[in-house]
Amino acid sequence: MEEMPFNDISYRQFLNEEKLMGSRCKKCHALFLPPRPICIKCHGTEMEWVEIEGRGELRAFTCIAIGPPFMIEEGFNRKNPYCSGVVELKEGVRADARIEGVDTHAPEKIQIGMPLNVKFLHRQKEGIENTYLAFEPA
Amino acid sequence: MKIEKRRKLGRGVAVVGAGMSKFGMFRDRDSKDLFAEAYRELIASVDKGLDPTDIDALYLGNFSNDFFIHQAHWGPLISDLIGLAPKPATRTEGACASSALAFREGVFAIASGFYDMVLVGGVEEMSKRTTEEVAEGLALATVPYEGEAGFTFPGVFGALATAYFHKYGATREHLMNVTIKSHNNAPLNPKAQFPLSIRDMMNAKIKSAEKKGMPLPEWKDEKAFLSDPRANPPVAWPMHLYDCCPISDGASCMLLVGEEIARNFTDDPLYVIGLGQGSGRGLHACDDLTYFEATRYAAKEAYGMSNLKPEDIQFSEVHDCFSMAEIIHLEDLGFFEPGEGYKAVEQGLTRLDGPKPINTSGGLKCKGHPVGATGISQLYEVWTQLRGNAGKRQIPIKDLRIGAAHNLGGTGGTCTFTILERR
Repeated sequence: MEEMPFNDISYRQFLNEEKLMGSRCKKCHALFLPPRPICIKCHGTEMEWVEIEGRGELRAFTCIAIGPPFMIEEGFNRKNPYCSGVVELKEGVRADARIEGVDTHAPEKIQIGMPLNVKFLHRQKEGIENTYLAFEPA
Repeated sequence: MKIEKRRKLGRGVAVVGAGMSKFGMFRDRDSKDLFAEAYRELIASVDKGLDPTDIDALYLGNFSNDFFIHQAHWGPLISDLIGLAPKPATRTEGACASSALAFREGVFAIASGFYDMVLVGGVEEMSKRTTEEVAEGLALATVPYEGEAGFTFPGVFGALATAYFHKYGATREHLMNVTIKSHNNAPLNPKAQFPLSIRDMMNAKIKSAEKKGMPLPEWKDEKAFLSDPRANPPVAWPMHLYDCCPISDGASCMLLVGEEIARNFTDDPLYVIGLGQGSGRGLHACDDLTYFEATRYAAKEAYGMSNLKPEDIQFSEVHDCFSMAEIIHLEDLGFFEPGEGYKAVEQGLTRLDGPKPINTSGGLKCKGHPVGATGISQLYEVWTQLRGNAGKRQIPIKDLRIGAAHNLGGTGGTCTFTILERR
């Protein structure tokens, strides 16, 4: 695993395996999700892989009525909005993700700070597997 | 070693001409024709006349005509359009801040002494795509993790709004104050895409219902209208239709010259006294989602260069792609303390007749937002106001001398702040 480059391709491969993987600076131990090849805290260039457990809290969200084509293909539209949010993991890093299991017709009831657990959404397109990061209420 | 940085130009730079097309959705017009409209106005605006063969180079902001109309490489297309070729043309791209970058590059080229006269501009042609396609095209300028999570631009600013509401106690009603204010300025701007107040829009809808023999809507005021989901449907909660800037086509341009030759062109040049630019990292990398680090960096640079403080800026255009954005920028630029921006708007401090007029043009919300043209169109408003040519929307402050423009690209990935002075 150490040989895998610290990039988005590796990150997405891990998501396909239902693993949420970040990188940690070997020098200052700063943690990054998604993984970075260069530490933006101490400018160190040696990284190691770290698995993120996948428990966190909602920090910001939106319920989207007009989405991009790949979301429309999933059946989302003005009558069926979806939720996207920013989640703070208990390790301290944050992730942009789909938020499932919330009532997108009553967004005023969705609470910032609500506890969430990771969920992996597997999608096939033209024979290629893509996994999207999602969270749902704990 | 820490290097102490002080921003300054090697040679002063002045603005001596400016032009802007009307902004809107034009089925029968294209990027060249819109730029030609802006350029014609620029030529006419140079008080003592301009010989176009004196222009040394063009810097042109364009975000993504590649996507919107499947045509890239707009630098030479525009330089050929205006007869500038074979002189050099360079395209700049910084998402919705593309032409603010063109302006900066033009300033640097003159400040270095390499050129004496540079045309800077911006253009974008968006309306030939569907709303969904435009949302997809704009989302190319998000950080990839945002796009994969389904975030659109309204979605990103919706998420920032929920974080801001949670931290400071603001509500949707406070966002409506921004919308109502911008729509009050827009009818005074003949180039605006939506030159209508919210009250005008309400009356138009009532009239249309009357005509069709439908039941007449009853809204007691503008906020009741904006709270009605039939009139103002959600786009990306809490961003509703009237929180979002429209899809637009348009072009803008400015003529820059070395300060020492400025008076050959006009007795009333404007001087570039503050320049700032910052870059950002995306939502997932921000500890706090209620401000833009890149705007704060850009503001610090521009204030440092000009030796000015936020209170010295008499008026400003800010990048109100969404109502929430305007409130955040008011705070990031130091006009109001963090958490106080929404109260300032509520108190009317940013109105045309207030102590700190913001977006007198109607802002992106009403003037329109052809993304690559926006940065220089904001500076066009500063030019128009400082030279006293803003007509009915002229800011009623005596001795108007210093104005600024803030431009933001992507989800805060590129932010600029530019200060102009009339002497």
